Amino acid sequence: MLDLHKYQSLGEALRAALERWPNEVCLIEADRDRENARLTYRQFKQAALPLAKALQDSGFKSGTRAAIIMTNQSKWLISAYAIFFCGGVLVPLDYKLSAAEQLQLLAHSKAEFLVAEYYLWRAIMQAEGFKDLAARTVLVTEAPANADIGAAKRWEDFNDAREPVFVPRKREDAASIVYSSGTGGRPKGCVLTHGNYLEQCMALTALYPFYPGVRYLSILPTNHAIDFMIGFIGPFTCGAAVVHLRTLRPEYIREAFTRYKITYMTLVPMILKNLERGLRQRFADLPKGRRRVLDALIATNRTLTRRRPNLKLSRALLRQVHEAFGGELRAFFVGGAFTEPSTLQFFYDLGIPVGNGYGCTEAGTVITVNDFKPFRADTVGKPLPGMEVRILSPDSEGIGEVSVRGKTIMSKYLDEPDMTAQTIVDGWLLTGDLGRIDTAGHLQLFGRKKNMIVTEEGKNIYPEDIENAFEGLSVKEFCVFAANYLWPARTLVGEQLIIVLHPEDGRAISQGLVANVADRNRRLLNYKRISGYLPWDRDFPLTASLKIKRGELAKQIRANVERSAVVPL
Amino acid sequence: MGSLQNTTEEVLRLASEHFKVPREQLAPDDDFFKKLGINSLQALDLLTRIEHHFKIELPDYELQGVSDFRTLAERIQLRL
Repeated sequence: MLDLHKYQSLGEALRAALERWPNEVCLIEADRDRENARLTYRQFKQAALPLAKALQDSGFKSGTRAAIIMTNQSKWLISAYAIFFCGGVLVPLDYKLSAAEQLQLLAHSKAEFLVAEYYLWRAIMQAEGFKDLAARTVLVTEAPANADIGAAKRWEDFNDAREPVFVPRKREDAASIVYSSGTGGRPKGCVLTHGNYLEQCMALTALYPFYPGVRYLSILPTNHAIDFMIGFIGPFTCGAAVVHLRTLRPEYIREAFTRYKITYMTLVPMILKNLERGLRQRFADLPKGRRRVLDALIATNRTLTRRRPNLKLSRALLRQVHEAFGGELRAFFVGGAFTEPSTLQFFYDLGIPVGNGYGCTEAGTVITVNDFKPFRADTVGKPLPGMEVRILSPDSEGIGEVSVRGKTIMSKYLDEPDMTAQTIVDGWLLTGDLGRIDTAGHLQLFGRKKNMIVTEEGKNIYPEDIENAFEGLSVKEFCVFAANYLWPARTLVGEQLIIVLHPEDGRAISQGLVANVADRNRRLLNYKRISGYLPWDRDFPLTASLKIKRGELAKQIRANVERSAVVPL
Repeated sequence: MGSLQNTTEEVLRLASEHFKVPREQLAPDDDFFKKLGINSLQALDLLTRIEHHFKIELPDYELQGVSDFRTLAERIQLRL
């Protein structure tokens, strides 16, 4: 891999990688069973530099902010590199947000350039608030020939064959603004520096080496901090290849393993669980005799790899299982939400170690990950090299808030000095998660201190962000909470949101009101829905500017009502 | 091209077969995540089955923000 100590910025490191491995394949884009693109590092450069030059022709300068809203595909990485080449600050936005939410974050980030996929741009053009879009240049990918794209330009036509000028940046300069939450309340735009990324990349690739010939299967959105690091910066600075799959359908994921001989892949617990379910079904369908042989081989593999993984041995013992995954798979990475230990153990016993990790955008992605020395299914691993983890105010069992210090911690929340000061205290990032460090130095997580939930798809949902769906309810006031925030529970499974309803004075909660709540709830994306309501008959504590004091209200609820008072919807 | 009503009916039938739920228990406005107790990956599986049946291609994003059979049928109808 490149010696990343030598580089000041992502643009500089990526530029060196494109020169170093011109003939290696760096990027494959597949959609179902079709291959849309296959690029070597040289071809990637040839695709990105004309775009960079056209950006510069349009006034793109050092520090200019440029947003990308695209599904998982090659143009995402090509655009990102062109932006870094020009010294820009990347604003990767979640394509799964609604167009209104995307417009809100575009405004907050003050992005001057936007690269968007056609179907997403179409939705943005139709959204309320579109007329206020401040981005002065919009590039739209894959627009059909006769499509109306308004004042936007076609990405495919936006290029200039002349040589662009490389714009250097320093390690302390902002590389990206990544939104960890806050479309409803105060947007949390994590400002990550070039140094943050380079340090994280060095730490991760030291544990899990990438090299030419390695193929990383990317199915998570590249706007996701994990995929951006492990599915772009990591492989590219090591001469490896990224295979983008533009669908999450299980059957095509399975096919991609064998077609592309995948080495690594990152997934969220839900997809890992789905793979487990599929394998267990296939095992159950085997004739009795073969099933017995398989069970014996799995047991043998488990015994022989107890201390550390032995890929060669596992591949020999469980040849058919490994061939179903292409024969080259070295490990999965999983994160973003809680993964059941039984699932991790299931794959480990098959000789497919799962690097279970823990992190957050504010920490520059990964904080801890399993190093397999030995494999542990009950923890989220040890801190990455260079990362310090401390438990604040531990209780009698050693459980307290996880705080983190290291070179990968974000510099700040964009335009939010108070929020930054509350989150990074004396250089320590307060994660809001509850954990304990065991005697072997592994971190175990037990729940959350903060008011949010994480779904099994790895989505962080903040109550403030969904409250606007309930605006105008015929109540005096309402507030959405994570149930485990109101009534702390030592679990990360089955987290739910609830709505607290305070009816108008003298009124009860009517059937009509409940029906209205249920109806609005249905219109939310399935993973954002609330699961019940809590009737409440006192005025909410408010700030001078009439905002709800959520912490105070939570205290009052905790002191007066039990969780069983929540009425399921 | 069939009517939206026919398409909705076909979608309900396919969902009932795929997830082994009696057809009469499913209605066009049902929230399929809740009614079938499925997650988004399982819903994508249903999308594949729908594609094969109608001989069309539905990108994953067509399921974005959709949770009832009728809206799903509308998305399909646009591509028939």
